[in-house]
Amino acid sequence: MATSDDKLCRDCAERYDPADDRCPSCSSQRAVQHPELFDLSTAHIDCDAFYASVEKRDNPSIRDKPVVVGGGRRGVVSAACYVARIYGVHSAMPMFKALKACPDAVVIRPNMSKYVEVGRQIRSMMEDLTPAVEPISIDEAFLDLAGTDRLHDAPPAVSLARLIRRIEEEVGVTASVGLSYNKFLAKVASDLDKPRGFAVVGRHEAYDFLGKQPVSLIWGVGKALQRKLSRDGITRISQLQEMEERDLIARYGSIGGRLYRFSRGEDSRTISTSRPAKNVSSETTFNEDLTDAEALRARLWPLCEKVARRMKRADLAGRTVTLKLKTNSFRILTRNHQLPAPTQLAEVIYQTAAPLLDREATGEAFRLIGVGLSDLSTGEFADPIDLLDASSGRVAKVERAMDDVRARMGDEAIAKGRSLPSQRKK
Amino acid sequence: MKLTIERAAILKSLAHVQSVVERRNAIPILSNVLIEADGGDMSLSATDMDIDIVDRTPADVQQEGAVTAPVHTLYDIVRKLPDGSQVELSLEGEGGQVELRSGRSNFSLQSLPKDDFPAIGSEDLSNEFTLPAGELRQLVDRTRFAISTEETRYYLNGIYLHAAEADGVKLLRAVATDGHRLARIEMPLPQGAENIPGVIVPRKAVNELRRLIDESSDDVKISLTENKIRFSFGSVILTSKLIDGTFPDYDRVIPTGNDKTLDVDSKVFRNAVDRVSTISTEKSRAIKLTMSEGSLSLAATSPDAGSASEDLEVGYTADGLEIGFNSRYLLDIANQIEGDSMQFVLADAASPTIIKDVADSAALYVLMPMRV
Repeated sequence: MATSDDKLCRDCAERYDPADDRCPSCSSQRAVQHPELFDLSTAHIDCDAFYASVEKRDNPSIRDKPVVVGGGRRGVVSAACYVARIYGVHSAMPMFKALKACPDAVVIRPNMSKYVEVGRQIRSMMEDLTPAVEPISIDEAFLDLAGTDRLHDAPPAVSLARLIRRIEEEVGVTASVGLSYNKFLAKVASDLDKPRGFAVVGRHEAYDFLGKQPVSLIWGVGKALQRKLSRDGITRISQLQEMEERDLIARYGSIGGRLYRFSRGEDSRTISTSRPAKNVSSETTFNEDLTDAEALRARLWPLCEKVARRMKRADLAGRTVTLKLKTNSFRILTRNHQLPAPTQLAEVIYQTAAPLLDREATGEAFRLIGVGLSDLSTGEFADPIDLLDASSGRVAKVERAMDDVRARMGDEAIAKGRSLPSQRKK
Repeated sequence: MKLTIERAAILKSLAHVQSVVERRNAIPILSNVLIEADGGDMSLSATDMDIDIVDRTPADVQQEGAVTAPVHTLYDIVRKLPDGSQVELSLEGEGGQVELRSGRSNFSLQSLPKDDFPAIGSEDLSNEFTLPAGELRQLVDRTRFAISTEETRYYLNGIYLHAAEADGVKLLRAVATDGHRLARIEMPLPQGAENIPGVIVPRKAVNELRRLIDESSDDVKISLTENKIRFSFGSVILTSKLIDGTFPDYDRVIPTGNDKTLDVDSKVFRNAVDRVSTISTEKSRAIKLTMSEGSLSLAATSPDAGSASEDLEVGYTADGLEIGFNSRYLLDIANQIEGDSMQFVLADAASPTIIKDVADSAALYVLMPMRV
């Protein structure tokens, strides 16, 4: 007879008697036990060191080595495997620092299209469990499993354990589960027991559990707010728990309301399956700083193509083109231009962004360039043919024809001249 | 300077001139109205450096002279004075303050020297003709919705007014386009307009003019040169600079080879488009027209809201055709059709379509389809 004291095997998803210290089916000792375990239904699933795990899966010879996925010498760490983390490497760390900390690390250039593909495979497994999946990035998502007990003939906790087992077996990467009664705590929980974690934060212990944590645990408390809070002497969530909502809002503005609610374990956000994109952008960091406008333009074009490809795939169009530059002193510049009509064409994005770039490329050295589209609408409004400008239809026709060739014969089949290395002598 | 005038008279006059003045001004004097008292008249002048407006009203002038005062403040004060009251305006001391007295109310307004006020051009403009206010209203209404707001093609930010000739008839034409739609309206060329240059009247001047002639039944005297246009009617003289640019050769845009005609009852069509487009959200206003022998089906879908369709009986005999339009553009045009019946002349789903008022050959509209 199943009871709420039952243990749940992390590895094979069996429920078993709390008196046993090993799973009777698979002998694993990793068990989850919590008085609210079989009642909770809001989950956060996060793959462990995702990019690095995918690379290890595809190349067993590096399985036990420290693996760091990230862009070249000037880039940052996108993912560090758990071996590399022992040396203190973590994601978002500049690559040169990571290599200083762990000189033996195997550095792998990110292969985004592969990760996207794996991420999509995992997402579809999540969707087998519940339609209420809210992706946050390619390897993490919120799941609402309320009301799925009958469908899967098991409480959410068991379905989740089966899901991560399936991900491990069929995809070959591991994931961690956070289970709670709202999104904020589910996300907090998934981080508690990583890698291969399964952690639960229940209603009864939430308040006390949070009280012991630093304020930075709260979603939306970044470095700046953390500094502000600590200037006011607030470093622990327990301090927030003692304050009035009115005071918090008066001191910190609208985020004060969130500080009040989250510190008490209250989060009423629902899991929404579609989060419409607000903007689509792409950027790249150079190996060497670039000053020359022509060299910068050459790096701009492929980004425009990338953004356009994503816009077309999502059937979106954007009206505002944004150019982003980062100087060698890490100052970020953004420049916008609003188009008369929304576009999804690489050529239009480039023709709009290039003059913005020319205006900034006046001798300063840049380490990063990015381009994006915002003010989005659906694709049907993209690039209307202009009555007065015969070429407007032609630009679209040329690009759609190129897309067509690429779809049939591969991305390398056709390219614009400006994407080739410059032949001109300086 | 000192004058007395009835509240209703100065209110009307201020209402005429105040909207030319921008709410925020880098140049302080441009926030002011120039008040001149001479003979038996009060004349108010306002300008934004592109558009000048002068309005003249009889007043009881006790002392001739001129003064400037902040126009929006003055307008707000006069609006709040009780109906039927008398307003006394005077300049006290050496160019210091404008005093306004009415009943028990007293206001003292900061003035600026009248000599700082930009000169309002009153030179003669060489070409001169007259249009009844009603005809001018039609000309503006049927074109101004198509004026572009795009800054890069500044030469589309107004109505192109010019003399033309078609089938041996001399015409006055007004054209506006934003690249998505084009509106052209014509009328027999008035006497005196034979030699007018083609001019682009900027949007703000068009809107000011339209506001001023809203209820007028006067004749409007129009005079113009290559860089200025002036409208004189009743007590008002409105002078505007023209857009310095070349309007595109719009004739090229009006298709001549379209071979399919669709005749619809304009009211039925307008209401159906309005209903069906309710479904689409603010940003997506695509509406699909599917034609087959004798029938037209309108359809709109929105990923968020759902879908809508409506079938109409129409006059259509050509091969079946599916074409998409922006419903707002379609309504803008349908709203200008006063006759019972409107006609579409189409080629295919990707080519410009002509829309006409069957009862009124003066107006012609061109609309670019969307991909649907």
